[in-house]
Amino acid sequence: MRRPDPVLRAALAIGLATGAYAVSYGVLAVAAGLSVAQTCAMSALVFTGASQFAVIGVLGAGGSAAAALAPALLLAARNGLYGLALAPVLRGGRLRRGVEAQLVIDESTAMARAQADPHGAHRAFLLTGLSVFVCWNAGSLAGALAGEGIGDPRALGLDAMFPAAFLALLWPQLRDRATRTAAGVGAAVAVALVPVAPAGLPILAAVLGVLPGLRALRAAAPTDDPADAP
Amino acid sequence: MSWTALLLLAAAAWAMKAAGPLVLGGRTLRPDVEAALGLVPVALLGALILVQTVDGGERLVLDARVPALGVAALLVWRRAPFLVVVLVAAATAATLRAIA
Repeated sequence: MRRPDPVLRAALAIGLATGAYAVSYGVLAVAAGLSVAQTCAMSALVFTGASQFAVIGVLGAGGSAAAALAPALLLAARNGLYGLALAPVLRGGRLRRGVEAQLVIDESTAMARAQADPHGAHRAFLLTGLSVFVCWNAGSLAGALAGEGIGDPRALGLDAMFPAAFLALLWPQLRDRATRTAAGVGAAVAVALVPVAPAGLPILAAVLGVLPGLRALRAAAPTDDPADAP
Repeated sequence: MSWTALLLLAAAAWAMKAAGPLVLGGRTLRPDVEAALGLVPVALLGALILVQTVDGGERLVLDARVPALGVAALLVWRRAPFLVVVLVAAATAATLRAIA
């Protein structure tokens, strides 16, 4: 039997990890006052975990829905940046691109960018996006139905899964100085902002890492003056 | 939470995801713009890794996630399979928390 290919295996692994985390989302969402239907609708329609946790965090602490929207939108805004980067990867007409755009999240972006060619990138994006979508929604429903009594995801180390997964996805992309600079400066900017900025903003601000990354890229690239061509 | 608020959030979240693919579409971009866009996920993922490791909600926290990420880095460097990296990281954090 052929071994399943690494992209499919990674997509399934990410799906299972997020599914396990979705169970805790479902539990907390119902505890924060959402109905089971709302808990599931949010996973299917909003489908961006950080924003969903922000909403139930505010609601659970007694805040209004209006107060929950601001941090949720700030956390969702990074998907806008991913969408820009993934625009060449998404295929087909406007309708298909609009539908596939629902799958633009951290995990699908990271998997797509880790592939060498555009076809592989689109396949990795779809496989990861669908795997996470199915598991995230199944986990949300399970958690919403199970209610309290499910263990703390931190005790299982589930919160440590995500940085490890993203590290495994980012590592192969750090081939040159430009990408290493962008990642390093982005990470430094974000961590520096965590204590002072509202949730979501530190990750958005990491986009500043692109500027020194571009400078490194220009420094490494030969000039495109045609006179230099052989 | 009202259904109106939920649907508003869903519409806004989707609009942000879809803006790039719908507006840029299949258009060919200038090479320098393309290079810049290519670096965006790299910068954001670099940030996501560290922030998810030390974020304690408005302050930095050093807990079991830090050694877990260290173990993950070692495994990634040794080219361990994805699933092994993720599971060992979780097991490391879980074990340290169980001991503490």
